[in-house]
Amino acid sequence: MSVMDQDSGMFKVQQTIGSVLCCKCGVPMPPNAANMCVNCLRSEVDITEGLQKSIQIFYCPECGCYLQPPKTWIKAQWESKELLTFCIKRLKNLNKVKLKNAEFVWTEPHSKRIKVKITVQAEVLNGAVLEQSYPVEYTVRDNLCESCSRFQANPDQWVASVQLRQHVSHRRTFFYLEQLILKHDAASRAIRIQQVDQGIDFFFGNKSHANSFVEFLRKVVPIEYRQDQQLVSHDVKSSLYNYKYTYSVKICPVCREDLICLPSKVASGLGNLGPLVVCTKVSDSITLLDPRTLRCAFLDARQYWRSGFRSALTSRQLVKYFVFDVEPPVGEATVGGQKYALSYVQIARESDIGKMFYVQTYLGHILKPGDQALGYDIYGANVNDDEMEKYRLSVRNGLPEAILIKKCYDEQREKKKGKPRRFTTKKLPMEMDESRGSRVDPEKMENEYEEFLRDLEENPELRFNISLYKNKDYQDSETASMTDGEGAPSVPIEELLAELELSEEEDDDNEEDMDE
Amino acid sequence: MATRLQFENNCEVGVFSKLTNAYCLVAIGGSENFYSAFESELADVIPIVKTSIGGTRIIGRLCAGNKNGLLVPHTTTDQELQHLRNSLPDQVVVQRIEERLSALGNCIACNDHVALAHTDLDKETEEIIADVLGVEVFRQTIAGNILVGSYCALSNRGGIVHPHTSVEDLDELSTLLQVPLVAGTVNRGSEVIAAGMTVNDWTAFCGSDTTATELSVIDSIFKLREAQPSSIVDEMRKSLIDTYV
Repeated sequence: MSVMDQDSGMFKVQQTIGSVLCCKCGVPMPPNAANMCVNCLRSEVDITEGLQKSIQIFYCPECGCYLQPPKTWIKAQWESKELLTFCIKRLKNLNKVKLKNAEFVWTEPHSKRIKVKITVQAEVLNGAVLEQSYPVEYTVRDNLCESCSRFQANPDQWVASVQLRQHVSHRRTFFYLEQLILKHDAASRAIRIQQVDQGIDFFFGNKSHANSFVEFLRKVVPIEYRQDQQLVSHDVKSSLYNYKYTYSVKICPVCREDLICLPSKVASGLGNLGPLVVCTKVSDSITLLDPRTLRCAFLDARQYWRSGFRSALTSRQLVKYFVFDVEPPVGEATVGGQKYALSYVQIARESDIGKMFYVQTYLGHILKPGDQALGYDIYGANVNDDEMEKYRLSVRNGLPEAILIKKCYDEQREKKKGKPRRFTTKKLPMEMDESRGSRVDPEKMENEYEEFLRDLEENPELRFNISLYKNKDYQDSETASMTDGEGAPSVPIEELLAELELSEEEDDDNEEDMDE
Repeated sequence: MATRLQFENNCEVGVFSKLTNAYCLVAIGGSENFYSAFESELADVIPIVKTSIGGTRIIGRLCAGNKNGLLVPHTTTDQELQHLRNSLPDQVVVQRIEERLSALGNCIACNDHVALAHTDLDKETEEIIADVLGVEVFRQTIAGNILVGSYCALSNRGGIVHPHTSVEDLDELSTLLQVPLVAGTVNRGSEVIAAGMTVNDWTAFCGSDTTATELSVIDSIFKLREAQPSSIVDEMRKSLIDTYV
């Protein structure tokens, strides 16, 4: 106690720690709680006593997982952070000391040994805290995990399957669905995906996975489904039954741009919608547009399947028309985000230019004289549809000779022929159905896919739910953008995603692209 | 020379004995080994008295004294007091003091000239100490501990204090006490010095756990190697220690 301390303790003598001799070996050292130098203390006390130094862990070589008993398998890479956490968790008694640090010591991967150097701290003697590190050796034993062993036994083993079918002659819906599934990752848990004649089969390892996939489908397309099961095995003693579940899913056969003649009951149910309607949009419900009154109606899946009508004419039967004259629109309407304008036009089929028709169309806002358009040739077509026949007989003036559906951009596309598109799409890993003497012609598939891509370019609302990726081969040509006042429709660059590349140089390129 | 011994298998010899230049007090143990150890060192030089204080054996911690006098707490019985007065030499004044802090051995560290006292000791007690023991009393702490009697072993030639004492404190105490001081341990790193050993001007007794290093420190600070009382020439020692240069 310094005398000067009496001044309100403001002046404090500086305390220098002296040194004492270690009581065992006599080396001078600063005093500590045990009054022994660190080496003597270490030789006296072993804080790692009672801690596990070697332990066995199980590893599945197929999927690269380690077993955490009793049943969990944890995926971890060699010498990764997850593996370190897992190894430390397996040590018992580690709560008696404080864990300071743990790190891997290098071992040969094929030696089946993992060495971890662990540094622990514990209190010894009278309050001195000692830190000591020691190695723990893990012996890795190979043991297939249950799912891998089941897979090894029978690789085709599936528990639930979803058979998706649409009884139409084209595959447009499946191309679109493929993109939707990719965007939402709905088929990530499918064991196998197989393409069959009028649909796709999905195989899952778990009934709930299949169920959630069917729920996803129900939200994006109008479907009807039924579920069946088949008994595979039966354990008498514990009364456990193993089943194989099959979901049979039917997609509504009415597609976009189809011409439908509604049965009278349905038409009157929808407020006397002219029996001839065009289907403009299919999501989880069907949008039907009456081309004469510009009225729209929505049918959801349940309502559709109650009547189950089919289309009279599908997009395969679209015919090219030349537009000669367009009169100013008499009525305009915006239906479901799409603008329509009703006007009269003078058109003639490309194949028979001599015969002119004067018809009403809802494309008045985009057609100009000299354009080309695609539509249904009711005048010349041989329609195999009962409802259509009934309607034709009943109506006084006769059916409209043609119904135009959309504008045709073939001329503009000629200029871009051969050049790659700005965007690309990804594909699902599907197996082709080789076994049944496939009726699928690869050229036909190519053409259909090309049509689908054109469809994507023309309709921004279709692109809404799917992801398109930038095509690296595409070069923006300046002439095309400047001369064409009305060029062929294409996907603006803001909507495209840059593909994630794992190599560093390409990442820079992508970033530069995005900045533009 | 410092001797290593045990009291009934316990190494805290400073608790069960009190050694001064004029006399030695030992506790009554089950066997005579403890007493014999002291006797072999000090037989003809100073009287060795077997006693208890207040019925207990921890006499080293309860009483404080030097060659001039002995202070015992108020818990001492009359018989014990009388026994002490009879056994000790006449020039040693035995005084029983009424003090709240009755473990005088823990509160007072003294040699023949100067004493360190617990900071909370009564004023009268301080006067009695100065009077009976004939010393100058300083109220001090050692390494922040108020029990100066426990953490300091003092003789007329040197002293050992608590190992955590800082250099400045060591200097200050050294100037007060006018003897060289060192910070050290006894009984294999125990900080309670006075409980682990007892010392006078020519000999010291430590617990058997004391390491050779500690023993060498004790020998050097209390200057025990050169100091031999004239009558002790005995070569045979109970416990032989290696000497360190």
